[in-house]
Amino acid sequence: MNALSADVTARTRLEFRDVTKRFASKRGSGITAVQGLNISIRDGEVVSIIGPSGCGKSTLLNMASGLDPASEGDVFVDGVRVERPNAHVAFMLQKDLLLPWRTIRHNVEFGLEILGRPARERRGIAMDLLAKCRLRGFEDHYPHQLSGGMRQRAALARTLAVDPSVLLMDEPFSALDAQTKMVLQQDLGRTLAETGKTALFVTHDLVEAIALSHRVLVMSQRPGTIIEEIVVDIPDISNPMARRTHPHVGPYVARLMELLHIDEADA
Amino acid sequence: MAAASLGLFVLFLAAWQWGPPAMGIPAFIIPPADQVWHEFVRMLGRDQLMYHTSITALQVLLGFVFGMLLGMVVGFVLGMSASAEFVLSPYILALQIAPKVAFAPLFVIWFGYTMTPKILVAVLIVFFPVMINVLGAVRAIDPDIVRLARAFTANRFQLFWKIEFPAALPPFFAGLRIAATLAVIGVVVGELVGGNTGLGYLLSFGEGAGNTAMVFVTIILLTLIGIVLYGAIVLIERRVLHFMPARARAAG
Repeated sequence: MNALSADVTARTRLEFRDVTKRFASKRGSGITAVQGLNISIRDGEVVSIIGPSGCGKSTLLNMASGLDPASEGDVFVDGVRVERPNAHVAFMLQKDLLLPWRTIRHNVEFGLEILGRPARERRGIAMDLLAKCRLRGFEDHYPHQLSGGMRQRAALARTLAVDPSVLLMDEPFSALDAQTKMVLQQDLGRTLAETGKTALFVTHDLVEAIALSHRVLVMSQRPGTIIEEIVVDIPDISNPMARRTHPHVGPYVARLMELLHIDEADA
Repeated sequence: MAAASLGLFVLFLAAWQWGPPAMGIPAFIIPPADQVWHEFVRMLGRDQLMYHTSITALQVLLGFVFGMLLGMVVGFVLGMSASAEFVLSPYILALQIAPKVAFAPLFVIWFGYTMTPKILVAVLIVFFPVMINVLGAVRAIDPDIVRLARAFTANRFQLFWKIEFPAALPPFFAGLRIAATLAVIGVVVGELVGGNTGLGYLLSFGEGAGNTAMVFVTIILLTLIGIVLYGAIVLIERRVLHFMPARARAAG
């Protein structure tokens, strides 16, 4: 077992307690997106969620970020019930969402600006993170001058800048080409390990989920619920590139494919 | 390139000067270039040409600025509130379809031979391209950017000032470019309909006197006012939108 699961005293960062989310539909019956979710993520843990399209993975992140309230049950971040957007969580999407009129540095400072931090402090944090995300020298560039991979790294720096307790990531690398994607996974794995951040990671990529996380949660078709938890017993969380080639990856992927019925799905 | 455009300009002047007489077109139909130049100099001395030009330019500028501000405010309000747009859109559409210059006589009845009716026609005519572009830009903002800002705990004002306002700037400037050329039309029509000042007044005076050269001088000056305004907008746009890729800016 990995080190984290042995440490039962580790603090819970993010918790879903019996969470159900229903959306009103035009026919009036309503759609249940997710049902009876119980998830608990400890400090410093990286957890991936994998599941069929439309199973409510993104709904989960919206509830955790406070953008969208749960219909039933509660979401807690650091033991505090999430009722509205707050500075303890930050999310990152497939699109980099960099603002084209801001330089890379000012994009990274965006969240800090909204929180009203002084300019000098913002600048220090942004420059530090840009260096960590290998974007030193690009702080005064505009987003359109950067490649897709660099932009996504800038988006990661922007997410880390507000120093959130929990990072919520919704398929952040799915728009990148295969090689860039692996480089960014490596960056993310290293950065998360260095900063000791807790992350909830939604992805479609089975190997990505295994390479990056301590645990993988598998969701069912709508109404989405957790049908399996796989603890990834591969060492060195800070090195996803090496983890990819570990002999355990094959059996884990096989198990996930079986759970997701990928062999039976219509392409 | 510069030499080619200068050459073309000289060629144009020469064609204007000697072309019509060579084809037997009389000077009261197309006055040659030198006659228009002499008329320009005469008008400077006798007809207070600079005074009338500055009156027109001032009205264009005021109409442009007020129309721009109004278009911007209404564009943002409608862009942010779907219900306001739903309620107001039929009226706005009707006003947009109505030929704005047709309001000139009405404004003259209301406000007399003052600067007000001319400015109002310009305001009305400038308002639409600005408003439509700002409205469209606010509507086109990626909802995920708004979600991101909200997740960072942005309030309504921050959302406007950090997202909606800067996002609307490129289309706003595209609207201003169109508006710059339209503002001159609005003011001239106002002056043609009623007044005893401005280039529009000189235009109708020249027409009444059968002074074709005078009409030519006036048209050229009106065009110059439009060019100066347009050029100023392009300069400001370059300063403000410096973050845009050069090609996208040129196309916009």
